[in-house]
Amino acid sequence: MPDINETFAMFSERFMLLAGIAYAIAFIAFAWDLVQNSKTTRTVLEQSRQAAMSPAEGTKAVVTRRIPVGAGASGYAGIESEGPDLDGPEGRAERPTVPSGSSAHTADDSMRYGPQRRIPARVGVAITVLAAVVHACGVLFRGLAAGRVPWGNMYEFWTTGGLVVAVVFLLVLTRRDLRFLGTFVIGLVLVMLTAASVVFWTPAGHLVPALQSYWLLIHVSIAVMSSALFTLTFAMSVLQLMQFRRDAALTAGKADRLPFMRLVPSALSLENMAYRINAIAFVGWTLTLMFGSIWAEKAWGRFWGWDTKEVWTFIIWVVYAGYLHARATRGWTGTRAAWLSIVGYLCIVFNFAIVNVYFSGLHSYAGVGS
Amino acid sequence: MPALKEASRAKPNLASDAVTLPRLGFWGMLRWVWRQLTSMRNALFLLLLLAVAAVPGSLFPQRSVNPSTVTQYLKDHPGYGPWLDRFQFFNVFSSAWFSAIYLLLFISLAGCVVPRARAHWKAMRSAPPRTPRRLSRLTEYGTLELPERLGISAEQALQDAARLLRKRRYRIGLYDVGSDRPSVAGERGLIREVGNLLFHVSLIGVLVFVAIGGLFGYRGQKILVEGDTFVNTLISYDSFSPGPNFSPTRLDPFAITLDKFSVKFDRSSKAHYGQPIDFTAAVTVTDKPGAPPVHQTLKVNDPITIGAASFYLVGNGYAPVVTVKDGTGKTAFSGPVISIPSDGAYTSLLVIKAPDAKPSQLGFVGFFLPTALVNDKGISYASDPDPFNPRLNLNSYYGDLGLNTGQPRNVYTLDTKNLTQLNGRDKPAGGIVLALGQSYTLPQGKGTISFDGIKRYIGVDIRHDPGQVGVLISALAALAGLVCSLFVGRHRVWVRTGTHPDGRTMIEYALLARGENHRLAAEAATIRKLLQQLLSILGTGQEQPRDGMSAATGNTGTTGGTTAATRTSAKDQ
Ligand code: HEM
Repeated sequence: MPDINETFAMFSERFMLLAGIAYAIAFIAFAWDLVQNSKTTRTVLEQSRQAAMSPAEGTKAVVTRRIPVGAGASGYAGIESEGPDLDGPEGRAERPTVPSGSSAHTADDSMRYGPQRRIPARVGVAITVLAAVVHACGVLFRGLAAGRVPWGNMYEFWTTGGLVVAVVFLLVLTRRDLRFLGTFVIGLVLVMLTAASVVFWTPAGHLVPALQSYWLLIHVSIAVMSSALFTLTFAMSVLQLMQFRRDAALTAGKADRLPFMRLVPSALSLENMAYRINAIAFVGWTLTLMFGSIWAEKAWGRFWGWDTKEVWTFIIWVVYAGYLHARATRGWTGTRAAWLSIVGYLCIVFNFAIVNVYFSGLHSYAGVGS
Repeated sequence: MPALKEASRAKPNLASDAVTLPRLGFWGMLRWVWRQLTSMRNALFLLLLLAVAAVPGSLFPQRSVNPSTVTQYLKDHPGYGPWLDRFQFFNVFSSAWFSAIYLLLFISLAGCVVPRARAHWKAMRSAPPRTPRRLSRLTEYGTLELPERLGISAEQALQDAARLLRKRRYRIGLYDVGSDRPSVAGERGLIREVGNLLFHVSLIGVLVFVAIGGLFGYRGQKILVEGDTFVNTLISYDSFSPGPNFSPTRLDPFAITLDKFSVKFDRSSKAHYGQPIDFTAAVTVTDKPGAPPVHQTLKVNDPITIGAASFYLVGNGYAPVVTVKDGTGKTAFSGPVISIPSDGAYTSLLVIKAPDAKPSQLGFVGFFLPTALVNDKGISYASDPDPFNPRLNLNSYYGDLGLNTGQPRNVYTLDTKNLTQLNGRDKPAGGIVLALGQSYTLPQGKGTISFDGIKRYIGVDIRHDPGQVGVLISALAALAGLVCSLFVGRHRVWVRTGTHPDGRTMIEYALLARGENHRLAAEAATIRKLLQQLLSILGTGQEQPRDGMSAATGNTGTTGGTTAATRTSAKDQ
């Protein structure tokens, strides 16, 4: 077994710190994107209201609308010229009678990239890419320092987990415009990095014999990847519920209290996208469970023993199986299914954060406090 | 219109959720209960209930995992502990309520799967359903028209379309051939339902094989000191838990000897100094009496399998070699004593019993410290797991060890009720502290004790689970089924042709997904393109609802790729 390379370990920590700073900037960019959109929306709404009050000034208002608002406004202009069913940006929030799920006050349902240019969001993505590269270097050097995969204790689980969440998010971004999830996802990565460095910090070291197995590589990597996907769907389910309420409020003629939700697709398409990702993540979790059992058989002589960690892995699996069932059960699609997706994710967080640390069991190698 | 009925029924749903009022009478009632049990809503409810019921299994100590923590818990919580016990909260996963939930779930599952399998079997053997009269109502719909000059008849176009669909792996059925509106129906993705059924059936398989393992398997523990040999017979085990249907004849007569146990602790890292990095047991295995011995290594994560049984390295520790002589100078005990490590530095508890000592029986309780240091209060503690400065710290007792009462006694505890203490920190003689090779003479001429050497021991689990392979196969089948059922899209396609009075040949097509299928629009676009290529009408195809219905019923998903093409292939011919 090679010695621990302390220089690499130090590099790793520097990289983690730099990645943390970059994520913080990306987070701000994504938040700015949301704020700017809310502002634009509000301006537009305000002006259209004035226009409505004095019809004579209507055209003037429309003209001035385009000049001062910059990037956000040009984005709307793009949409405007594209969408056949839209009669103007302000109109999209001004029609409280549109049926819920209509694209009138939400983003494009296909979640494909539209023609509008959201500069802050682009900056956010660019910096996230940079941060993820640096973060990956941090994880890589941690692995090189210890001469093994860096998944041996809580510090390493959380730093690697954060990286996977960021990378999965970026990968999904190449196919779909989920930038509206940016603040949430990058915020979560920041929390994970901070928690790892502050609460779970552990110096680089060798693996205890119980973890010396190639199953560590297989089992943990799949678990972390599935969890990253579940993270995305959790965020989507939360937004789905918010969008659903907002829809209902708008339909009832109330004011739009969450204008930034215009960036977010309709509740129905969020639900469908979350379902598709959840299906993939569920298969991943099934593999996690199976590979975990195979490893448990090798290490402890039984493939299933209801160890605390096993119990929670099982609970998570059953909850998401429930979610898949809910999608096929009349009266359980939509909001209720979203709640199940959220509960499932809370179980994952519980399993990852609480069970690892506070419950004793065969899986207790958190590496904290020892 | 059977297909349209499909469309309005978003999900295949054999066990209808609709609550039908029970017919009076026993059988009616039974039917009603069965309907309820096998409804999708109930399956969902039971699944969620199962998840909730598993939670206490992680909150309370479980006997199946560690019985001693349960005993401790009951001691610590005399108030509600026994109540929890009464409701089986310490045996959650074998409790009546947990079992009831999963048994109901599996009954419900069987009740779901069987009729579904039957229906699907029928569907697979019959032709795809008839073409609906008004295709334009379906989500993916489009039309193509062939100018008269192409000279392709409706019949011919239909045959071409049928060939195309077959090539795209659709099962097809022709309808109304010979009439003026012939059509072809195609269906693809039946494997989705097969996958779903396979998945659910395989879950039953997992349960059955787990049960078989529990009924016919066994599990035992043995502690082996270096040099010891274990022979696989019932009496050799330290503890043995057979399944209810286990028969001792299933034990293969092998023998295994622990030659040497090597440990390695981290010496290079400051932060993890002394953390274990390797445990390796060198063993000699004899498959059956008279067979040639084979040298093997046993490691954590790397069990040895002999015949049907497997050996797992699950623990290790020190066994100090001790000799106790009694008051008469005769050896009353001699050999390695298993000590139980309690921390990372191997602070190890041990108990020595010398029931043969005369005039009175002798007992010792204390610690073995591999590397002993003394703190400023004069208390010894272990500072390292390797034996750099080994010490035995013992208290001694004489009297009745209570071994003759016939009651089983734990070898790792000493019942001091009927004993008189000789040595201890608070006794005039003080505690016994022995370095390697030293001996100590007990007060009152009770005898001597010497610390002669150190051996290591390993704790092994020996296990045979005849259901294990079945569980693995079932799980893999479930996985395959799951992947099919989640990622294969099942859908139908219909193409109808006809000749317009002005001589054009009209083609209309429509697609309908069954269940979740987000790739339907893409498939519709592909089929449109292929039809165009096949009929060599690139560029002339138009998005035209057949019977003049508004454009809203037409399909917007397929307009993209086709309008741009300008080449008319009539010239090619
Ligand atoms: C041991 C308990 C069960 C588990 C773990 C389980 C798990 C699952 C999973 C993961 C799926 C998703 C696969 C898919 O969407 O095709 C599924 C689908 C399905 N399950 Fe179960 N299931 C269980 C029991 C049942 C029972 C009791 C029923 C019948 C009442 C049932 C009926 C169905 C149906 C009809 C689908 C298909 C849903 C669809 O078409 O999307 N399952 N099940």
